Amino acid sequence: MADSRRNTLYAARRLRNTVATSLAYGATAFGLGWLVLILGVLLLHGFGGLSLSVFTENTPPPGSAGGLLNAIAGSIVMTVLAVVIGTPIGILAGTYLAEYGRHDKLASIVRFINDILLSAPSIVIGLFIYEVMVAPMGHFSGYAGAVALAVIVIPVVVRTTEDMLRLVPDTLREAAASIGLPRSHMIVRIAYRAARAGIVTGILLAIARISGETAPLLFTALNNQFWSLNMNAPMPSLPVVIFQFALSPYEEWQSLAWTGALLITVTVLALSIFARTLTARK
Amino acid sequence: MTMASTNASAFAVPVATHAAVSTAGLAEKVSIRNLEFFYGDSRALKNINLALYANKTTAFIGPSGCGKSTLLRVLNRMYDLYPGQRATGEVMFDGQNLLDSGVDINLLRARIGMVFQKPTPFPMSIYENIAFGIRLYERLPRAEVDARVESALRRAALWDEVKDKLDASGLGLSGGQQQRLCIARTVAVKPEVILFDEPCSALDPISTAKIEELIDELKQDYTIVIVTHNMQQAARVSDFTTFMYLGELVEFDVTEKIFTAPTDSRTQAYITGRFG
Repeated sequence: MADSRRNTLYAARRLRNTVATSLAYGATAFGLGWLVLILGVLLLHGFGGLSLSVFTENTPPPGSAGGLLNAIAGSIVMTVLAVVIGTPIGILAGTYLAEYGRHDKLASIVRFINDILLSAPSIVIGLFIYEVMVAPMGHFSGYAGAVALAVIVIPVVVRTTEDMLRLVPDTLREAAASIGLPRSHMIVRIAYRAARAGIVTGILLAIARISGETAPLLFTALNNQFWSLNMNAPMPSLPVVIFQFALSPYEEWQSLAWTGALLITVTVLALSIFARTLTARK
Repeated sequence: MTMASTNASAFAVPVATHAAVSTAGLAEKVSIRNLEFFYGDSRALKNINLALYANKTTAFIGPSGCGKSTLLRVLNRMYDLYPGQRATGEVMFDGQNLLDSGVDINLLRARIGMVFQKPTPFPMSIYENIAFGIRLYERLPRAEVDARVESALRRAALWDEVKDKLDASGLGLSGGQQQRLCIARTVAVKPEVILFDEPCSALDPISTAKIEELIDELKQDYTIVIVTHNMQQAARVSDFTTFMYLGELVEFDVTEKIFTAPTDSRTQAYITGRFG
């Protein structure tokens, strides 16, 4: 009697287990399925257009062949400048949150605002930079684009820097203090070193994040049909060129847009994998 | 001076054997007077009076939460890292009250070193773990730093195990080796006092024996304070023992006397295992 009841209970539990497991697998397959589809379509349309001329020729006028050289160069230049501006600010602010401001009221306010900035729509950031830079300067520019991207970099780096520094055990801080190491030295020589892989990962993820951003560049760097490294003038970028070319009726432009999208995706993928190996090695 | 000497002995155990070790004629390295300690509003140490004698090992024992680690962390002002923690009273060290706000904490900590419960090697090579502390306060030619690193590692009985891999990460060593690396790191800064906060509680018996042996050797050159949960360890390594309970210093005496003929009934209850 007791045995049969136990068996019934067990069978029911097994059934629930099977249902839950199937649902979990189903959800995973559903999510991954779309990712595979996206990558598949990208490869299908983008790979065909991939040729040397993509990297050696500038964006063509409608109806003729060309490449993406100026857009790639513009993206790289603006991304580098954005990281150069955003990373130090992000690391310093993250350091304040994790090391100096732990018990401050100000820190929780800064953290809250940073979280908002982290999820702010990037088009809003673009409009903001338009107001504070493009409008006063009177023209679109690579500088404005880079600053808009930097505003996206900052909260990502702040967050990862704080999280990674918090993973450094307090006992290590006490150990550093116990040999007479001043706090600032402790942070730079011990805590940064212990958290280095994580902080670098955060920077890489920030680069991955901005390399596909279109909206903040539309209002700031705009675009440029020609080769230009002048940061004080409108500057082309891959995402904006994709946006423009994909919406055009010209076949050559559409093909280049696919190729550009593939390039960005592969770059982001490579950065993510690199970031993962960095943290894994730790 | 000692609390035990102010109380009449409650036990009839002969104390003749303790004549060899006594506080008479010993130099006080650190003198604690009327020390009170607060975590926010909660009073963790109550009117502590205690002397730590030069070139002797003093053990702090007592049940969890009795304040022994707190007392240890007052001695190098480690509590300063955390807001809301404060101490009042006097801790005289070299004629200066180290609780004074004017004391340079970093210089103080270079003179009063600390070894922690869990090994805490820095994320750098074995060599750098030691050289780092040396270079903090001294500009030395490379050869001299090398020599200091070697002597510190020898001092910590680690040299033979690591001399061929000084450039390897300190994090790759075993727990016992890491703890000895931390001792070497502390010794390399040339402190006068070394504080041990349960240094063996995360180690296996063989590593523990090695550390205890080390502590015994180190007291020739340093004044040693050790917090331990392990009463056998206190009995093995220390010259003097302090029993603490609920934030109070219950009894201080020669270690042998504490473990054979304690004056206070609470001390006796603790060492015979009736609580704690």
